[in-house]
Amino acid sequence: MNFNKLRDLSVDEQVALLFVTLFGLLVLVSVASLLHSLRDTPSAQGEAARRFGRDLRAVWIGTLSFWLAWISGPVGATLFFGLFSFLALREFITLQHTRRSDHHSLILAFFFVLPVQYAIVATRHFDLFAVFIPVYVFFAIPVVSAMAGDPHRFLERNAKIQWGIVVCVYGLSHAPALLLLDFKGYTGRGAFLLFFLVIVVAVAQLVQELASRWLRRRPLARHISRSFSARAWFIGAFVAAWVGALLYWVTPFKAGQALVMALIAAGSGTLGEFVMKALKRDAGVHHWGNRVGVTGAVGLLDRVAPLCFAAPVFFHSVRWYFKLSL
Amino acid sequence: MSAADVMGLLLSLLARLITGTQGHWKGCPPTAEQRIYFANHQSHFDWVLIWAALPKDLRSKTRPIAAKDYWTASPFRHWLTREVFNAVYVARQRSEDQDPLEPLAEALERGDSLVIFPEGTRSNKGDPMPFKSGLFHLAEQFPQVELIPAWIDNVQRVMPKGEVVPVPILCTVTFGAPLHLGAGEDKRAFLDRARDAVIALRPRAT
Repeated sequence: MNFNKLRDLSVDEQVALLFVTLFGLLVLVSVASLLHSLRDTPSAQGEAARRFGRDLRAVWIGTLSFWLAWISGPVGATLFFGLFSFLALREFITLQHTRRSDHHSLILAFFFVLPVQYAIVATRHFDLFAVFIPVYVFFAIPVVSAMAGDPHRFLERNAKIQWGIVVCVYGLSHAPALLLLDFKGYTGRGAFLLFFLVIVVAVAQLVQELASRWLRRRPLARHISRSFSARAWFIGAFVAAWVGALLYWVTPFKAGQALVMALIAAGSGTLGEFVMKALKRDAGVHHWGNRVGVTGAVGLLDRVAPLCFAAPVFFHSVRWYFKLSL
Repeated sequence: MSAADVMGLLLSLLARLITGTQGHWKGCPPTAEQRIYFANHQSHFDWVLIWAALPKDLRSKTRPIAAKDYWTASPFRHWLTREVFNAVYVARQRSEDQDPLEPLAEALERGDSLVIFPEGTRSNKGDPMPFKSGLFHLAEQFPQVELIPAWIDNVQRVMPKGEVVPVPILCTVTFGAPLHLGAGEDKRAFLDRARDAVIALRPRAT
C-alpha cells in the first residue's frame, strides 16, 4: 500500500489502521517473548527477560488506554489523562515533605486546580487553558498558603507545590489538548499528533539509554546522573528526529518540518527526564513511587515525566506552526 | 449485592485512590489465620487503610473496635460500623461490673480476627505512646491467636488531626512477624516489646 492510498482513507479509517498496526506489532512481540520464555534460560537472562516482560506489559497497558481514550472521545481522553495527572501529582507530593499547614493548598491543588484544568481542556477553551495555571493558580496557591498562618519555609513549601502542579497537571494536560485542538485542514487527526509525540519521545529515551551504555562517556553531571552525557542525549534526540521525519505522513508537517518538530519534542522530553533525576536525587530516591518499592506499584511519574516536559513544548511549537493566535 | 457491599467497595476504592493502600507483608503472609493486628494510631483513616490493605476474603473476618457511644449515635454511623465493617463495640466508660475486653474476647471466641490500636488514642508526634494493657490480656487469654504488629506510614499527612478533607498521599501498611507472649512474661515488658515491634517496622526516613 502506498502513501497516496493512505491519504485517501477517511480520518477514522486512518486512525483505525494506526491502532490495528500498533496492536498487531504488540501481539507479534508478545508471542515472540512468550515463545522465548518457554526455553530454558540462564538466570541472568531470566532477569532481563522479566524486566522486558514488565516493560512490555506497561506498553500494552499504555496502548490499550490510549485506544480507550481515543474511542471514548474528548470526555474519555480528558478523564484518562486527568487520572494520570492525579496519580503523578500524588507521587510527587508524597516525596516532598509537606507540612500540616500545606493542607489547604494541597486540597486546592488536587480537588480544584486539577479538575478545572482538565475541564477547560475538555470544553476546548484553549485561550484560558494556557494561562489558568501560570497566572491564576500561581497567584492563588500562596494566598491560600499565607492564610494558613505558617511562615516557616514559606517560599520553599509554595515552590514545591507550584512545581508539582506545573509539571504533573499543566504539562501533562497538553497531551489531551493535542487530541482536542482542531487545526485548519487537520480536523480530527489530533490522535496522530499525540502518537507522533509519544513515539518520538519514547525512541529518544530508548536510544539515549542504549547510547550511554555503549559509549560510556563522561557524565555531564555526575552527581545527578551517572549515565547522562551530552553525546548520548544528542544521539537520542537525533535518532528520534529521523524517526519523526519518517513518520511525517501522519502529521500535518512536511518531512523537514517533522524532523525539526521531533527534535524539539524528543530533546525536551529527555532533558525533562534529566531534570526529574535531579529532583529525585534531592528527595533521596531512585524511583518515584513507594520508597520500599518491592511489592508496590511502579513509579508512574518515572514513565510520564518525559511526556510532562515534552507535551507543552511540542504543543506550543505546533500552535506556532499553524499560526494560531491565543 | 447489598448496600453494605457497595459501600465497602466504594470505600476501598476511595482509600486506594487517595493513599494507594499498599500492604507490605514483611513478617507473615496474608493468610486466613486467626489474628490480632495491632498498629500505631495517627488518624481516623487508619482503620480503613488496614482494612483496604487486606486481601478481600480476609476483610469480612477481620473486625475493628468501635467506641459504642460515638459509632451508634446516628443511624448512618451505626449502619456503617455494623453492616460494612462488622465492628466490635466497646463502651468507653468503664462500668464496675463489666470487663471492657469482654466483647473482644467474644469475637475472638467466634474465630474472628481483630485490629486494635493499643495506644488508645491518636498520637501525632513522633513515636507512638506506651501501649495500654488490653493487648496483654488478650494475648494471655488467647495464646493460639497470632499477634501481628503493623506500622501505618504517612497517614498523618493525608488527614492531620482536625481536618476533614483528605489529601492524596501514598501510604503504606507494613505487617511484621507474629509476636508471642513469653511464659511468665511481665505485662509491662511484653507491652514495651510489642511497641518496639511496631516501631521497628517504620520505613527509614529518606
